[in-house]
Amino acid sequence: MAVNLKKLAGQGSPLAPGHRLCSGCAAPTVAKQALLAAGKPAVVVQPTGCLEISSVVFPYSAWRTPYYHNAFENAAAVASGIEAALKARRRRGDLPADLDVAIITIGGDGGTYDIGFQALSGALERGHRILHICYDNGAYMNTGIQRSGATPFGAWTTTSHVGQALKGKPERRKDLTAIVAGHNPAYVAQASPHNFRDFMRKVKKAVDADGPSFINVIAPCWRGWRFPEEETIEVARLAVDTCYWPLLEVQDGKWTLNYVPRKKKPLADWLRKQGRFSHFFEPGNEWMLEHLQAEVDRQWEELLTRAGVER
Amino acid sequence: MPRIVGLTGDGAAAEAMRQIDPDVVAAYPITPQTEIVERFAEFVAEGLVNTEFVAVESEHSALSACCGAAAAGARAITCTSSQGLALMHEILYIAAGNRLPMVLTNVNRTLSAPLNIHCDHSDSMGSRDSGWIQLYCENVQEVYDTVIQAVRIAEHPEVNLPVMLNLDGFVISHSMQPVELMDDAAVKEFVGPFRPVVDLLDFQNPIALGALVAPEFQFEHKYAQWRAMDSARGVIGEVGREFGEGTGRHYGLLDPYRLDDAAVVVVVMGSAAGTSRAVVDELRSSGVRAGLLRVRAFRPFPADEITAALEGREAVAVLDRAGTQGGEGGPLFTEVRAALYTRGVSLPVLGYIYGLGGRDVPPASLRRVFEHVRRAAATGKVDRAVNYLDLRGWK
Repeated sequence: MAVNLKKLAGQGSPLAPGHRLCSGCAAPTVAKQALLAAGKPAVVVQPTGCLEISSVVFPYSAWRTPYYHNAFENAAAVASGIEAALKARRRRGDLPADLDVAIITIGGDGGTYDIGFQALSGALERGHRILHICYDNGAYMNTGIQRSGATPFGAWTTTSHVGQALKGKPERRKDLTAIVAGHNPAYVAQASPHNFRDFMRKVKKAVDADGPSFINVIAPCWRGWRFPEEETIEVARLAVDTCYWPLLEVQDGKWTLNYVPRKKKPLADWLRKQGRFSHFFEPGNEWMLEHLQAEVDRQWEELLTRAGVER
Repeated sequence: MPRIVGLTGDGAAAEAMRQIDPDVVAAYPITPQTEIVERFAEFVAEGLVNTEFVAVESEHSALSACCGAAAAGARAITCTSSQGLALMHEILYIAAGNRLPMVLTNVNRTLSAPLNIHCDHSDSMGSRDSGWIQLYCENVQEVYDTVIQAVRIAEHPEVNLPVMLNLDGFVISHSMQPVELMDDAAVKEFVGPFRPVVDLLDFQNPIALGALVAPEFQFEHKYAQWRAMDSARGVIGEVGREFGEGTGRHYGLLDPYRLDDAAVVVVVMGSAAGTSRAVVDELRSSGVRAGLLRVRAFRPFPADEITAALEGREAVAVLDRAGTQGGEGGPLFTEVRAALYTRGVSLPVLGYIYGLGGRDVPPASLRRVFEHVRRAAATGKVDRAVNYLDLRGWK
């Protein structure tokens, strides 16, 4: 499906202006692109997080579609119940038998990789027709930049400080996209808001898939990553160009790379833009850059093999 | 025509669920509730219900899925016990705060530690302030009847709150008793169709549920919830009466037994009421004016009704199948005493904690409780407010 920008631009934003997210935040961009692409009635479920607390502040809501926030760790379970209700009510004749609804959970990395993982894994295994979109900003930004399972190695956060004894987060991040793919759902993808055509095509594919689907979207947070707020989209692009955040799809066990840069940019190009990695460039810490570059290289090579890309 | 069959408490709950034929059941197995979810899964497999059965990966997700279902206009039911209810704890408050009607059958089992699968009320008492209506059943028949009534109570437009009905683990859940069942059609008619207040699948009227609320609105939200809980006091009686008209089995907030002229009274919830009745009869036949007040609704707490029932008695013992760890006596005792005090009723009230972790409550033990109540009646004094029934080493 090609994305018809002209048509979509005429539809109006599914997310009303006036929400309370930071200027330069990637999350509302991700949400808007996703809902525009869905192309059918959508119910949005959110775990607790930045996008949730900033978009639905009583008595206001920025969502022009039905919306439910219940708790932090259970968005996928709540969505499972909504999907069950939809099926039961269609069967009972209470709703049209052909009513097609996109049930979309939109969570941050905390509500997806960490506290929300059990509910997500359960929903994927049970095969509910739900799309979970993770806007991955690599830390608990809502509570003030604490490390999560998505925080990259070495990144500074307020629970992985840079000091004499420790230099940011000592551990590597989880490869959640691969973990989700291990559930063999109907559709899995990784995307970035800078390449909205790719992302929106994936959303459409996901909401039309006959089963659970998952899209992991990089969502740079200038407050947490420490870069100028107008560079969000550029920082997302660099994550892809450095192969830190490959654009990919997994369907029927087949891995597809949607973008292979002609020349992979050095990871330092992306890291240097972000204050959370500034200690990587201090004397004595050269090993950190080497270590993370090696990690990204290894994962990229693995992906090329998995996707059967000729070198 | 109604028919009488032999069922366990779990079996009766499952049978009521089959007849209600809810839109969504989301549940997770846990002893001693497991039979409910197993039986219901059989009904699903046999095509006897239209229900979407969501076999979740945890109780936390069971209740979360029920919240999603109820918010999406579905009649939802779940069931659990003990650790499962504790795992649901966070979401219990959300279901109530979001004003989502649903039914939860809780098979009372003690909370760890120590690990023990047997009955006491520590699990549901831990949820007593979560905003759920709580009903406690005495026997298998009442379990069956209450599951059906709970749907109506929860969905009543003035209530719109979740209902938790409780039955004693093993004592009721696993004991086979004769149960009079209603016709499927009669149950369908009694519960009627679900008319949801909120509906996430109404795309003409999109709503946002679960908003962030600032301090200037929080209190009012909670107050509206309390008012709904207050309304439930009347609705429980109303639904119980209507149920009685059709079945001959009437239900209310309280269930008094030989109370009219009783001088010494035991107040209790759950299956221990059955043994208490037998002991009351025994004492009556030996000339003691003994009576029983069984509390069926713990939330909303029927303070006025309990006071009216106990006023003028010589002495009372309140039996709790849970303690409060640091409070003065069990939760029922504490609240009964407070209700009496507030209403200017002064009489000796003894608190008894009993039956923890499935410890049996034989008639001999209840006789000793009545003995103690009679001593208090004779002296007009409470020698000890908090007592532990059949606790080894306690004097």
